[in-house]
Amino acid sequence: MAERKYTKEHEWVVIEGDVATVGITNYAQEQLGDVVYVELPEIGKTVTQLGQAAVVESVKAASEVYAPLSGQVVESNAALAGNPALINSDPTGAAWFFKIKLSNKGELSQLMDEAAYKAHVDSLH
Amino acid sequence: MNRTRELRDLEQRDDFVGRHIGPNAAEIESMLQTLAIPSLDVLVERAVPPSIFETAPLGLPESRTEADVLRTARALASRNKVLKSMIGMGYSDCITPPVILRNILENPGWYTAYTPYQPEISQGRLEALLNFQTMVMELTGMELANASLLDEATAAAEAMTLCLHQAKTESRSFFISASCHPQTIAVVETRAEPLGIEVIVGDPARELGAHKVFGVLVQYPDTYGEIGDLRAIAEAAHAQGAMVVASGDLLSLVVLTPPGELGADVAIGSSQRFGVPLGFGGPHAAYMATKDAFKRALPGRIVGVSVDARGRQAMRLALQTREQHIRREKATSNICTAQVLLAVIAGMYAVYHGPEGLRTIAARVHRLTAILAEGLRRLGFGLANASFFDTVTVRTPGRARALIERGLKAGFNFRGDRADSIGIAIDEATTRQDVESILKVFADAKPVPSIEELDRAAPDGIPASLRRATPFLAHPVFNRHHSETEMLRYLRRLEDKDIALNRSMIPLGSCTMKLNATTEMIPVTWREFGGIHPFAPLDQAKGYLKMIADLESMLKKVTGFAAISLQPNAGSQGEYAGLLVIRRYHQSRNQGHRNVCLIPSSAHGTNPASAAMAGMSVVVVACDEKGNVDVGDLKRKAEEHKDRLAALMVTYPSTHGVFEERIREICRIVHRAGGQVYMDGANLNAQVGLCRPGRFGPDVAHLNLHKTFCIPHGGGGPGVGPIGVAKHLAPFLPTHPVHPSCGPKTGIGPVSAAPWGSASILPISWAYIAMMGRNGLRRATQVAILNANYIARKLAPHYPVLYTGLNGLVAHECIIDLRPLKDSSGISVDDVTKRLMDYGFHAPTMSFPVAGTLMIEPTESESKVELDRFCEAMIAIRGEIRKVETGAYDKTDNPLRNAPHTADDLTSSAWTHPYAREEAAFPVESLRAAKYWPPVNRIDQVYGDRNLVCACPPIEAYKNAAE
Repeated sequence: MAERKYTKEHEWVVIEGDVATVGITNYAQEQLGDVVYVELPEIGKTVTQLGQAAVVESVKAASEVYAPLSGQVVESNAALAGNPALINSDPTGAAWFFKIKLSNKGELSQLMDEAAYKAHVDSLH
Repeated sequence: MNRTRELRDLEQRDDFVGRHIGPNAAEIESMLQTLAIPSLDVLVERAVPPSIFETAPLGLPESRTEADVLRTARALASRNKVLKSMIGMGYSDCITPPVILRNILENPGWYTAYTPYQPEISQGRLEALLNFQTMVMELTGMELANASLLDEATAAAEAMTLCLHQAKTESRSFFISASCHPQTIAVVETRAEPLGIEVIVGDPARELGAHKVFGVLVQYPDTYGEIGDLRAIAEAAHAQGAMVVASGDLLSLVVLTPPGELGADVAIGSSQRFGVPLGFGGPHAAYMATKDAFKRALPGRIVGVSVDARGRQAMRLALQTREQHIRREKATSNICTAQVLLAVIAGMYAVYHGPEGLRTIAARVHRLTAILAEGLRRLGFGLANASFFDTVTVRTPGRARALIERGLKAGFNFRGDRADSIGIAIDEATTRQDVESILKVFADAKPVPSIEELDRAAPDGIPASLRRATPFLAHPVFNRHHSETEMLRYLRRLEDKDIALNRSMIPLGSCTMKLNATTEMIPVTWREFGGIHPFAPLDQAKGYLKMIADLESMLKKVTGFAAISLQPNAGSQGEYAGLLVIRRYHQSRNQGHRNVCLIPSSAHGTNPASAAMAGMSVVVVACDEKGNVDVGDLKRKAEEHKDRLAALMVTYPSTHGVFEERIREICRIVHRAGGQVYMDGANLNAQVGLCRPGRFGPDVAHLNLHKTFCIPHGGGGPGVGPIGVAKHLAPFLPTHPVHPSCGPKTGIGPVSAAPWGSASILPISWAYIAMMGRNGLRRATQVAILNANYIARKLAPHYPVLYTGLNGLVAHECIIDLRPLKDSSGISVDDVTKRLMDYGFHAPTMSFPVAGTLMIEPTESESKVELDRFCEAMIAIRGEIRKVETGAYDKTDNPLRNAPHTADDLTSSAWTHPYAREEAAFPVESLRAAKYWPPVNRIDQVYGDRNLVCACPPIEAYKNAAE
């Protein structure tokens, strides 16, 4: 299983071949509370690293979801539109947001690994 | 009898001051003792920084009695001349059903309520707003409507920005039909310019193909009366990826094919003619409706249906995260209010008349128009419009002026803004005698055919292809309340569900829920103020103009500014207007590149949203741990952006309720870097008579007449947000195309549909200031500060008070911290606000400016008795939280987590909670004397946003509930 990488903005990414699957972390969903809506990128959209790619809303917050890596969106998770609660129940599994075909794998080095992300979250308290 | 008192004393000239201010002399004395402060004067000397404190009295007259001020109001009213206004242009006279006039518009149970942010105690007006939304959706043929916007012209501007963001095109051009109302075109142009949107005005049916645009705005029927078919325009627009906005007359939509069926993507318009007086321009509720696909782009508030903790249907505001308090500068609109009271009236107008009644009214208006058109034809006049609903444009080459003069003599205002034609718009109040009189004006000496004869001969004016086929308002709520008795009781049932100021204090921070005195309200519904069309000749509005001039002069004295514009319809519109004034000022000095707006991180979300609308980029300035502007950071940011600095927006006293001591220095830093200072006047109630923003640094400020100057909140609107400016900015105040005399020649253009905004409620603030006089206003501010400090002192042993200024004093509000309790007991600020409902109170402002806190603003109008009652509730709740902390109450099944409790809960045979029923409903003994029963349990916000329903639930839902 490929290693999971993280952004400071609480997105996670898993790479398989040249395709990255993106979601938000458990910490992010806890902070948001009950998610009521997601806006996912259209297939074919070009995203740049740390550029806005999706929107997630709870009853008390609205937050941008950034693309951890640059590339082209090849798939988005249709299950989320009808069931945004999935983001609260399974943020790092079934509730992935979208998949990107990567244009620059070198960017991967700018992301955090599990331990670094955990330290980052701890530093927020 | 001994002459112990002078006549002057017995005349009770300052009687109103004591009526408006809650605590009497003895109570004030006792509260001062609690604070260990010798007098009100000493209190404010200690609370207000010496650098801005003014001891000189306001340059206003002394206080006056209610009877005296009403006499003056009467005299002013009698200087207005109410003619029958057939001008149209988006404003039609109508008949406010008396049952609605007396039981809503003149009823404090409706007009003193706050915005329904706490839905459990707002079910009455939420249902009324849901009726409004349902009515708008069905009349426009759209899938979703909001709970109203400020006026038709600003709704058009909001629709433009919605299209900009939603249209599938890169174009930044917006096409407006030249047959839209002129004030709508002008307001949209004002809005477009700073956003870099090009506005093209023309005939979309012929010219649309020649342009690449993101949206098209058409008037339906158009401003000259013609009913154009939108279908072809919509097809052409959609073919290029653009969207179509139709501004529709609501009464015409009763009989016309709705815009939603003709391809419109957004429908807007005014609901004024559904029972709301003309009022010289407002307040009126505009509507906006759109397709489901654009629901998240819909500005303003939306009422949605959800369920409560028992799974019963309940209403609340939906999709609130779209709003600027969350999105800040990324918000697509700065709208943070609706015109609730007026939307409620319009919705109830439809409830009272029902679909049949509305059809009859619309058909009568149309028939009278057809009769008029036929009569004019027989008298030899040509009509410019081939089709019509209620408006005809009569060709009068060379005779327009003379005919308009003859009309005036006969008691009619016609539309006369074009050289060779006259517009005549028929309305609900028009009678057959009126039509006869109008025909006589045009007949000169010729004989006028009889109305009966014309009625027989006159063809309808609605094209067959545009007659409405779709039924509307089939829902029971629009078909049940047609007798006055039923209506009376329906209104009472809804009113009883809500907490308004006539029930208990509403201690919302920064909202200044003070008394809206009856005397202030009385002139509002006088026909002499209500019956004036906003575009009537100004010699018919002399009383209005005098009252407006007086009010402007009063506000100049209170604020220390050189000029005032009363046009902005809400605080957010004041912000936007003020920033446009600053922008235009920089442009006038060849400094148009200045576009950076500094905004402290503690600012209300509207500030950055307004800055974005004014074409500025927001740079956030840090605040220190006390909530004050971090002056070091301000210096750095001002220096860094000095070549592009346009403005600083600062709230004073701060959003944390503190008089910042360094405000003068803050203003100096910004001025030195070439910027202007904008003061958000939300908290002006702490300043009136003690200090004047026009003197200590700010160049512009908006005032909230609906906070500081007694205009009621109306359950979430109307508001009035005038701006005051220093002398160098006066040339840039808002203007208006129809009555240019409302502003300077060189101004920013109109920001509202009407020249003087919501003119009909200005008598409220005028009367308040006149009755209070210079000493009363100052004393009100002193007592507002006293009341806030008294609450802070009483609650401090129980809850930490977060921010204080000089000498440990707060300004006119205080913030208490509940975050430690969340950690120790699991009880959240939300639980406390819901529990307050069981005690009969509306909660203070929750989680602003700091999450997990409550901000309490008692205002001067609350007596010590009421403050003590509120403190008693808060202290008792603290005791309940302690029981959770100690384990005496269950962690989850306790009166706080289960609040609010309904009568159903209490009378249920299955009471399973580990605490007593009495503890749930009567936690303090005083509730035995007067108990408010929340109509629903806690409302599930998540369910409502995941399952959005914004119309009256289908009839089946009622059946199910009944079974």
